This record gives sequence, structure tokens and C-alpha cells, in this order.
Amino acid sequence: MEKFLKKRLFIVALCMMMSSVVFGQQVKVSGTITDATDGSALPGVNVVVKGTLTGTVTDLNGAYSISAKPEDVLVFSFIGYVPQEITVGDQTKINVALKVETKTLEEVVVIGYGTVRKADATGSVQAVDLEHFNPGAVSSPQEMIIGKMAGVQVTTGGGSPGEGATIRIRGGASLKATNDPLIVIDGVPVDTDGPTGMKNPLSTINSNDIETYTVLKDASATAIYGSRASNGVILITTKKGSSNKFTASYSGNVSISTPIKMIKPYSVSEFKEIITTKYASNPAAVALIGPYKTNWLKEIFAPAVSHDHNLSFSGGVKGLPYRVSIGYTDQNGILKTDNLKRVTGSINLSPSLLDDHLKFDINAKAMYNENFFANRGAIGAALTMDPTQPVRDYSTDYTGGYFFWRNESDMTPLYTATMNPVAQLRLRYDTSTVKRLIGNVMAEYRVHYLPDLKIKLNLGLDSSESDGKVTTAKGSPLEFSTYGISGKHNTYTESKTNSLLDLYFDYNKDFGGSRLDFVGGYSWQHFYKHNKSLDTSGDGLKLISSTDDPTEYYLVSFFGRANYVVNDKYMFTATLRDDGSSHFSKANRWGLFPSAAFGWNISKEPFFKNNIVSSLKLRLGYGVTGQQAIGNDYPYQALFTGSTVGAYYPFGTTAIQTLRPGGYDPNIKWEETSTYNAGFDYGFLNDRITGEIDAYYKYTKDLLNEIPVPAGTNFANSITTNVGNMENRGIEFSINGKIITQKDIYWEVGFNATYNENKITKLVKVKSASYAGAEDGHIAGGVGNFIQINSTDYAKRSFYVYHQVYNTEGMPIEGLYVDVNSDGEINSSDKYHFHSPDPKVFMGFSSMFKYKDLDFSFNGRINLGNYVYNNVSSSYGNYKDMANANALHNRVKSLSKTQFETNQFWSDYYMENGSFLKLDNVSVGYNFKNLLSTANVRASFTVQNLLTITKYTGLDPEIADGIDNNIYPRPRIFMLGLSVTL
Amino acid sequence: MKQQMTMKSIFKNTLSIVAVSSMLLFTGCIKDLDTVPIDKDVLSSAKVYADYDNYEKILAKCYAGLSLSGQQAGAGNPDIVGFDEGFSQYMRCYFYCQELTTDEAGLAWSDGTLKEFLTMSWSSANEFIRTMYYRIFFQITLCNEFILNTAPGKLDSRGFTEEQKATITEYRAEARFLRAFSYYHALDLFGNVPFVTEETGVGTYLPEQIKRPDLFAYVESELLDIVNSLPSPKANQYGRVDKACAWTLLARLYLNAKVYTGTERNTDAITYAKKVITEGGYELEDTYSHMFLADNNTAKGIIFALPYDGTTSQTYGGTTFLIAAQIGGSMQPLNDFGTTEAWWGLRVKQQLVKKFPTDNSDSRKMFYTDGHTLEMTNLFDYSNGYGSTKWKNKTSAGENGKNSKFPDTDLPIFRLADVYLMYAEAVLRGGTGGSTTDALGYVNAIREKAFGGVAGDIEASKLTLDFILDERARELWLESYRRTDLIRYGLFTGNTYVWDWKGGVLAGATTDKKYNLFPIPDADRTANPNLQQNDGY
Repeated sequence: MEKFLKKRLFIVALCMMMSSVVFGQQVKVSGTITDATDGSALPGVNVVVKGTLTGTVTDLNGAYSISAKPEDVLVFSFIGYVPQEITVGDQTKINVALKVETKTLEEVVVIGYGTVRKADATGSVQAVDLEHFNPGAVSSPQEMIIGKMAGVQVTTGGGSPGEGATIRIRGGASLKATNDPLIVIDGVPVDTDGPTGMKNPLSTINSNDIETYTVLKDASATAIYGSRASNGVILITTKKGSSNKFTASYSGNVSISTPIKMIKPYSVSEFKEIITTKYASNPAAVALIGPYKTNWLKEIFAPAVSHDHNLSFSGGVKGLPYRVSIGYTDQNGILKTDNLKRVTGSINLSPSLLDDHLKFDINAKAMYNENFFANRGAIGAALTMDPTQPVRDYSTDYTGGYFFWRNESDMTPLYTATMNPVAQLRLRYDTSTVKRLIGNVMAEYRVHYLPDLKIKLNLGLDSSESDGKVTTAKGSPLEFSTYGISGKHNTYTESKTNSLLDLYFDYNKDFGGSRLDFVGGYSWQHFYKHNKSLDTSGDGLKLISSTDDPTEYYLVSFFGRANYVVNDKYMFTATLRDDGSSHFSKANRWGLFPSAAFGWNISKEPFFKNNIVSSLKLRLGYGVTGQQAIGNDYPYQALFTGSTVGAYYPFGTTAIQTLRPGGYDPNIKWEETSTYNAGFDYGFLNDRITGEIDAYYKYTKDLLNEIPVPAGTNFANSITTNVGNMENRGIEFSINGKIITQKDIYWEVGFNATYNENKITKLVKVKSASYAGAEDGHIAGGVGNFIQINSTDYAKRSFYVYHQVYNTEGMPIEGLYVDVNSDGEINSSDKYHFHSPDPKVFMGFSSMFKYKDLDFSFNGRINLGNYVYNNVSSSYGNYKDMANANALHNRVKSLSKTQFETNQFWSDYYMENGSFLKLDNVSVGYNFKNLLSTANVRASFTVQNLLTITKYTGLDPEIADGIDNNIYPRPRIFMLGLSVTL
Repeated sequence: MKQQMTMKSIFKNTLSIVAVSSMLLFTGCIKDLDTVPIDKDVLSSAKVYADYDNYEKILAKCYAGLSLSGQQAGAGNPDIVGFDEGFSQYMRCYFYCQELTTDEAGLAWSDGTLKEFLTMSWSSANEFIRTMYYRIFFQITLCNEFILNTAPGKLDSRGFTEEQKATITEYRAEARFLRAFSYYHALDLFGNVPFVTEETGVGTYLPEQIKRPDLFAYVESELLDIVNSLPSPKANQYGRVDKACAWTLLARLYLNAKVYTGTERNTDAITYAKKVITEGGYELEDTYSHMFLADNNTAKGIIFALPYDGTTSQTYGGTTFLIAAQIGGSMQPLNDFGTTEAWWGLRVKQQLVKKFPTDNSDSRKMFYTDGHTLEMTNLFDYSNGYGSTKWKNKTSAGENGKNSKFPDTDLPIFRLADVYLMYAEAVLRGGTGGSTTDALGYVNAIREKAFGGVAGDIEASKLTLDFILDERARELWLESYRRTDLIRYGLFTGNTYVWDWKGGVLAGATTDKKYNLFPIPDADRTANPNLQQNDGY
């Protein structure tokens, strides 16, 4: 280190001396630029005199010629190569061999409570940076990494603005407890639930402020987060002010979302024919057919325009680096009335005091969000609403000027009939405003006289206030049954404050090639949540219900990590975390989560001489992580809960509030997941091709599971307790290649694939042959029906259905199923386990192509073996109830293929293979370099959701839980973007 | 040098500050982990029983466990999880078990395994049976907890006044009645069940299974033990039990004793039926329909009813279910039933309809035929099978109940007419201590109310066991008696008597005798290895 510094000083001094000699004279410098690997000429290399606009480009033979002064510094740069700077001095011929950028090995990656050189990392850690984010993500930052990483599956909830997304890392290790990964934003672990009143907890963060996403997948990487790390950890790092140079940038876009595909209900003529033939014996029903031709889907869906603007400033004032940004988003959904408005602001300051001994990193991200949630009930209603009826009807009261089915006698709305979807959108106002602040102050003190030791204090805050209001217009029939014609008025509020204190030290000693890094410390977190709601009639006079539920919990942890790198070749990591959670009794409160990992940089070994394989690293890891995130904050305590008004019991003429003892498990404790991971990081051809291969096995024991209690022993039929084991095993593969790095042309492609297999190996205390398992997966249609089951020896949430019998023409025979257990009866014991909704294999692919100032990129995904229950077809798949004396209902066209009279919810006819290929986004951009003298202007055009190839007959097979129940259609989005950087 | 000193002292100071503050921090913060609920509606066990006012509230829960489904109005904070809350309400589950399995009722919903009730083909995986079972045991566990914590020894330590203690002791007797009532349901529906009392407590242990005759003996002994501690008939608050409730339940227990134990106890049935009749001071209601209306709290002839109220006591089970499930087709929900709910479900089977005279002389014949067929050709078609208009959220004056969704109509649990019919049946079955003359008198008394005069009276020769069974159908239809009655008569399974869809075919077919008992749900057998399955499942 010292040696290096001396050398540099010497060079600088030498240059200064020389420059004083030849100062001021222009000379012609020429030379050839070659590839350091193979010596081939590199055309198109930029040669610029540093600090000026003077420059040239190498020709086809890699040759250049430029005028420069001896004191000038020439910068040779070419995309994909490490830039070189050479002072001209007295040289007239400067030949340069440019080295391919081996960024992956020099890269520093963020890990828990620190960073590590990518080359030294022993865990399965993957990062996606700015350059590789999916374009077009506005209010759902998760979309930026869809398909980008092996083992990480991101499924958006649908196509609404600001829609949430389900993230699963390596299949999900828990059953009833959350399977969401822990998300840490700039060192603050945030609440995965997020505030109520918004769909996506991550939309707090403006996508434009994000610098990198780092995903910690295996336990050796995550175990330092112990208690909340069983399902992986996502570290989000936001942009910082870095230099003294002032930069201002604007980026914005305008987009139009268009519906792609619609489920087809019967047309007017088909509908009329079915009613007149099927219900010929019911003239009253036939007489209800109206003269109109209404396309209800067209009435509720429409293309929507959105726009998004972001402004950021960064630089340094008197050595204080800063970055400030502000963003404004106004997004409309294709379901009419759906809207999201968002203002985000962020500030980052990184002052440094006491000769860099005391550093601060101050982050604050604030968001103000206004939502209008369109009534999604309209989507299903548009499929079943009679197309022969009008949208509007001003003839009666109680209906707000919209057509509604009514009881003929008293003209009251018939609310069991489908309600006018347009009225559902227009007469219900579901709005919320959410404010959220995520901030932290990180103080780092590098100890005087012991500069290898740093003490860090991180104080974090994640606070939100939600304010929601759901009202139905006076006179609206939407809530007639409970609220009469006065309408409904519901308000809800939530305030959340999560505080964090981390205090830890970091001791880092470099022995030249060998490095030792110790991290140890303490973390304290407090989670407070207070929800209130009030339901009254529209005039506010009649109280329907009210709730007021504050709750809190604490986590206290001690953690440590040792990282030892020997000769840049052998890496050892060990972590230990001791977590205490207030969710558990004193006896079970603490969980100890260890991990150990070993890395071996094989390519650094002398025996490893290979022209093709340029780098190879082996990683082996094992670790244990814990889970304590269950809905109830006091699961081990015997508690009584009072009832709300309306759930009182009358004694005589007095209604008495009731007190109910709740079910509890005094012995509830941590769920533990052990992960084994083995992987290789590899690089070919001087690391032009790089990638990773990992195999993992995750075993979760003492699952936090809701299982039946022995009847009579607890105040519930089932309680959350630690019973059951589950495993996930899988293989991940990723490859990234810079295929062309030629003059003016650059092409990089990426591909990743993941195979994951999930299996529940134990579910209940006593194994019983006749017990199928715990039902899961609510479906639409009927009341309280499930389609999935958690059973021993099957994947979690496997579909549980009857085996449909078909006639010779291949038509399903209504109500006839295979007697699976051959007992002569068809009953619930004849259901069988079908596949699971999770894909067996999922893949992501991407391409980035640049030609001069033009760039073109696309990203896509393939899911294989994900099964979908077509709940749209099954719930609207019955002729019965299409007509009665009061109302008519339409059905979806797929009914013609089954011709079922009554819904056959559990027929495996409705199970479909949802495998798909999706082209998620295609983007073209152009950099206008000379448009403004100092500005970099970039224009881009992006199409999202361009193409889906699937055999699935429903709208979209990409559904997180595999139950297709009127998903909000994901629109195709055409987006025009502009960014200007000064 | 000086600067170095300063630096060193800064360093030292910093270190000591860090050390001291972190020590404080650690110990303080570890204590944070001892949390208790901050919600004022959530109380810890120890606090609850220290406060006298809470005893009434917990007893109210023991009652509400029968009538409501959870701690939030309508639904929202259920007692039973993993199942639709409305479906999980005690009396609604009981109705499914007692009515849908019989010749009386059909339900047009294709939900879950409901169909298995209608075709008598249920298995131990049936979720409605499971929910009934767990409802019963939730109720028993609630009562056990209260009984345990109101034991005289426990009360003494809490510093209550003698008066308070006396009141709590009364509460305790009621809780014991409610526990016996639920154990009676367990005895009737499941037979051999896990057995838990206040002595076995709450916790993670595995209850032993009790045999049906032993459970009979337990229920009998409990009722006999507490009957004198209960208030006199009509002396308690409306919605709470009294001596007459215990007598009625004892009569029912004894009438069915042969099914439960193999031994007839008809004489005992007569004894307790007579107590209700002679000591209860009850009269039959003049207008049959009044007993199922929003103001049925003023109807005569009801010994005990679970009270509902559109404002204070709401559920999707109970009478909300009974009223709403009836409504559909061309019925006028608000005009005719006082509700806006129409659930298009409940209809009656032709076997019930045919037990009534073809004309409308019997006022208990409350069927809706417009747009309905008599035969239930399609189980899931609401228009197949006559509708019912028995349950309503309208008062006898024709006013609608307070709430158009949740009715004010109470759910009768014990009725005088049932006691009359039990008396008559026990006499006909050879019990002593009663007389056929009285039996005939009681049956005709019921019929005189039904026919509005003597037109429906029968002669002594017509008073047979078969007549009683049919009369019970006419009087008590859709009141959750039917399955027990058919089993007592040996007609529930087998092929002596078949009805629409029994055995899975429209015409009705033979069924296995195992269906006389419901199976122990698989769920509990995964939790408790002590449980043997009932025969045949």
C-alpha cells in the first residue's frame, strides 16, 4: 500500500518536472490500439484529450492520430474495456493494449452490515445494477428485476398502477408465516407488509433513485440477518452524491396502457339464444331480455395515459456530497377510474469530519401517495352482466341513474344479481392517501490510531400514515343490503412506526493478498402498528362497526461475522446471530443462527492455466436462519378479546359485550431453515462470459404452521404452532456474455434458469392415512371454497381436485368423477393431488445491443410447469342461474365446451398448464450527444408486455398463487422516455 | 503532541461513552422483549378474572358461542378458523347436520361437500362435519375454562363480596348447563368423542376418548347435578337458561337413551317432560308463525331461544341464515321477509310437503310454490322443491326488523310443543308415569293451535308412534330435530324409509348404518392419536 503510494507520488513529480520542460507545445501523437487479450486491432476506440472536447476515434486498423500538448493526458476508452489514461510527455507514438473490463471480479457488493469484494464473496449473492434494470418500471420497483436473477421469482399482482408483486427467493421456506424476503433499503430493514392503503410497499421508493438491487440467497449470506432471513434478503441501495461535480438530471416519460386481451362472455345474439332455448319454460325470465347491445368490458376498460417526472441534483458543497431528488407520478389504470398519484423525494448527504475519521451517511426518502382504487368487482361483473341491458337508467330511485336488477314488488335493488359494472366503478369512491418516510443516519467512526477499526451506529426509521375512505354514493344500491340507500361510509387509518438501532464494529486488516474482516454488533428493532376503522351508513348516523387495534413487537439481536481471505485464493466466512423476539416466551425467545462458508478462487492457483476459462471460484456454504413473522404479535400468551358492538349477547334487554379467550401455544418458538449451497462463479474468455451455477437444499423444521388442535384442549380449532418440515431443492444457472465489443457495436446477452422443487415432509403431529391435509387457496364462486391443499409428500399449495370423466366425444360429463379410492362412493375422499402453482423451471433472458448512439434491448421470461386453476371459467361455467324471474346473467364462452348446468368447482377440467414465454419489455433508445453542448440527452421508446406465448386459455397464466380469478389485466404499455443530464 | 493527547482522549471518551451507553441499551432493550398487548380490548388471563365485571362477559361468550360466530359484528374475528365464518356458526352447522341429511330440506349451493349431506355419503374429510365438531369442542373448552376459574376455592382468593360470589356461582351452573348441552350434541352426532372437563384444563395434552354410553351418563349426571342450582322457569333473564331448559334436555336425553346406550329410559323422559309441563307454567303459542318472527321474544311456547338483534347481535348463521337461505326466485325479500338478503338455497323436500294436508287447513304448512316444482329433480336448482316462508325478519304486526340484513328473530332451542310430543312418544313407547289420555290431549292441543280449532284433532286410535313422528315433522320442521327423530325411529339409514336423493339417487336408496353417527373428523385424528374412528368410516 505504502509502496504504491510512493510510486505514484514519484510519477506525479516526474510528470510535473517534464511538463515544465515542454510546456505549451502542440505535438502530433499517433498509435494503434489493440485488445490486450489477443492483440487484435480495436476500431472505434475513443481517444480524448482529458478535460477538453478534443478527440478522435480509431480507424478500422485501430490506428489514431491526435494533436496534444505534452502535459495533456489522453484518455482511451471503449465500451467493455478498462479505460486507460496516458500523459503525452515527449511521446509521439502511443500504442495501447486495452484490457477487457473484468468488472465482476473487482466489483464490491453490498452484504449485511457491510460490503465485500465480489471476488471475496463466499455466499450466493447477486446484484443487478442501473445498467441492467428492466426499463419502464415506474411505481412498482420490483419490476426492475423481473427475470434478472436466477432463483428470484417476481410475480406482479396484475396490471393496476402501483400494483404489488410477490417475490419468492428459492421457492419460499415457510408455510403459514410469510414467504416474503426481507427488504433492506440503505441499511434499514423495512416492513414487508407495508402500509395499508397502498398496493405496493416498495412504491415508496422512486425507481429512479435506485442504484443497485443485491439479493442474498443462501444462508451464509443471509444468516447475519438471522431472524428475518429465511426467505432471502434484498438489499436496495439508492444513489448517492459522489463527487464535487454538480450534476442535474431530468428523466421523465409518458405512457399509454392498452388492454391486450379480454375474456369473452357470450355475445348479445348468443346470449339471447341461450336464454330463449334454455329457459323456454320460464317466460318471465325470457321477458327480461332487453333491447340493448352493451359491451360491458368496453364500458369498463379503456386505454390510459400516465406520466412520470423525476428531477435530481447531485454534487458537493464544500466537500459535502449530496444528492437530492424529487419525483412525480400520475398513473391511470386501464380499469376506468383507477389512479395513482405519487410524489417522492429523497435526500442523501454524506458529510465527512475529522479527516475522514467520522463519516455520516444520511438518507431520507419520503413519499406522498394518493390512490383512487377502482372497484375490481366490476371486472367479474362485466362478464356476467346481461348484455341486453343498458348502462343507464334514470327511471327509478335507489340506483344513482344506472341500470340495476330490482325486485319487481318494491323496486329495491336485487343485490344478489350482478350489479352494473359501470355503476360499481362510478358510485364507489375508494381512496387513500399514504405518507411514508424511510430514513436513517449512519455514523461511522474510524478509530484514531487504530484505523482498521470502525465503529458504526445506524439509526433508522420507517414510518407511515395511511388514511383511507371508502364511500358509496347516497342512493347507490351497491351496499343496499347493509346500509340501505343511505350508502356506506368507511374510513380507516393506520400509523406505523418501525425504529431501528444498529451498533457494530468493523475491523478490517489487509495483509496484501490476505484480508481479515470482523464485524460484530447489536441490533434493536421496534415495530408498532395502530389500525383503526369505522364503518357507518353514508350519513354517518348508523354505526355498523369499528375497530381500534394497536399492536407492537420487538426484535433484539447480537451478531458477528468473520471473513478471512488467504492469498486471494481461500476465503472463509463464519457468522453467528443471536435473535430475541417478543413473539416468544422467555424460554423460547432466543434463537441462535450460525453459518459457515468457504470460497476457493481456483483460477488463482498456479496450476490453473487456462486460456478459455479465465476465472473460476468455488463456493460452499451452510447456515441456519429463523422465522418469527406470524400475524399475531402475542401467540404465546393467554389473552381475552372483547367483542365489538354487533357481536354482543343479550341478557334480557341488555346487550353484553363478550370476552373470548384466544387459542395460544405457550411453547411456540422459532422456525428454522437450514440451507446448504454449493456453487461456482465462472468466467470465460477473459471474463467476457461470466456466470454462476448454484445447487441448494433448504430444509425448514418446526414450521410455523396452523394445525388442528386436539379438540377440547385449546380455545380454537387450530393454532399456530411449530409442527412440520418442508424442503426446497434447486439448481440455478446464469450466464452473461458480451458477445460483440466491436467498433460502434456492442451486444450483451444474459440468461438464467432456475429449477426448484418444494415438498412438505411433515405436516401434523400424528400421521393419519385418511387425513389429506390443510385446505388452502380460496376460490371465487360459492362460499368458503378451497382448491388447494397442503399435504405431506406434496408441494405446498398443491391443487386438490376431482378427476373428471369424459364422454366418447371428449365432453366432460357433469358431476361424474373417478372413484379414486374405489369405495363405490364419490365424496371428498376422492380428490387427488394435482400439480402445484409454482413453476418447475423458470428462466429469464435479456439482450442489450448498442450501435453508435442507438441502443436496443429486450427482456423476457419463460415459466415451465406452473399450473393454473381457471377460476373464471369454473365460476362462470354454469347455465343454472343464468335466468330467474328477476334477473339474467351472462356467462363466459368457455361454458359451451363443458355445458355444465351447475358449477363443478373441483373438476380437474379447469386445471391448465400455465407455462409461458413472455417478452416483458423491448426498448429502443438514442443518445443525442451533440444536441446541447454539455448535456447528455437520451430519448427512448419502450413497449412493456409485448408478447405472451402460452397454451393457457384464460387471460394470463402468470398468477402467483395459481388461481386465476379475474386478474386485473396486465396492459401493454407504450412508453416514451426522455432524460437530460447536465 | 498536545493534539495527540486530545485525540487520544477523544478516542478514550468515545470508547467509554459507547461502552456505557451500549451496556444500558442492551439491558434495557432485552427487557423490551417482555411485551404485553397494548390494545385495551385485549386482556391477559390473570387480569380478566380479577375483575368481577368480566365474569358476566365471559358467561355471555359461553352463550354467544352458540349464537354468533366471533368477536366482530357479523363476521371478521372468527372463533373457528380455516372456514368461512358464516358457515362456521354453531346452529348453522347443526342445521346442516340435522336437516340437510333428512327428508325435510335441501340446499341448492354447490359449496364444498354440502352435497354429501344431501346424498348421505359423507366422509371423515367433510369440512362441515369437521366444523360442527370443532364448534362443539370450542364451546366445551370455553365452558371448562369458565367453570375452572369460578370454582369456589378460586373465587375466595379474589376478594369478591358474598353477593358477587353468589352471582358468579349462578353463572357457573349456567356454564355447566351449556357444556352439557354441547356434550349432548357430541353424544348425538359423534357418539364417541374426546372427553375434557375443567379438571383436564387447557394445554398441550391429548384427551382420552369417551364411549357413547359413558358420555350419556356424564351428561345425565351433570344435568341432574346442576338442575337445582338453575333459576326457576322464566325466572332468569331472557336469553339465559333455567330449570325448564335442563328438564327439557333431560327429557330429550332419556327419550333417545336407547340410541345412546341401548337401554330405554322412557319413564324418565315422561318424568322430566311432565316437570316442564306442570311446573314450567308455559302455554302454547296461538299463532304458529309468531314463533319464527322478529318479535318471537314475545311469543308463547318458547322455553329457551338464542336471542338475535339487528343492532347488537349479528351473525351470518343463526336466523340470518335460516331466513336468507329460504329466499330466492320470485319471493320479495324486503316486503315478505323483512330482509334484503336472498341466498337462493333452502327448499323443502316433497316427503315433508306430503305430510301436510293437501289444503291449507294446517297453518304450519308455510311453503312457497310459485315457480317451484314439488320434486327436487336437480339438487342444485333452487326452483326444484318448494320454498319455505317459515322464518322471517318481520314482526307479527308486519313491521320489518331493525336491520335489513341481520334479523331480530330469535332462534327457539327448546319449545313446549316438542315437550308435549316427547311426552306422548315416551308414553307410546311404554314409559310409565304418564297417560295416553294426556298424550292425546297434548297432541290435540298442538293441532288445535295449528288448525285454529278442533278440525285437526285426532282420535285416540290414530295416536301411534308413526303419527308422532309425522307430527314432529309438521311442528318442528327446519328446527334441527329431524335427524335425531329419524334415528330414534330406525328410519334414518337403511331402506325402510327413503327420500329424494338419500343414497345419491333421486328416488332414494339404501344407505349404510354407519351414517347414524358422523365420523370423527380426520383433522382431530391427526392431532390426537387416542381417537378411534367410529365404525364403518
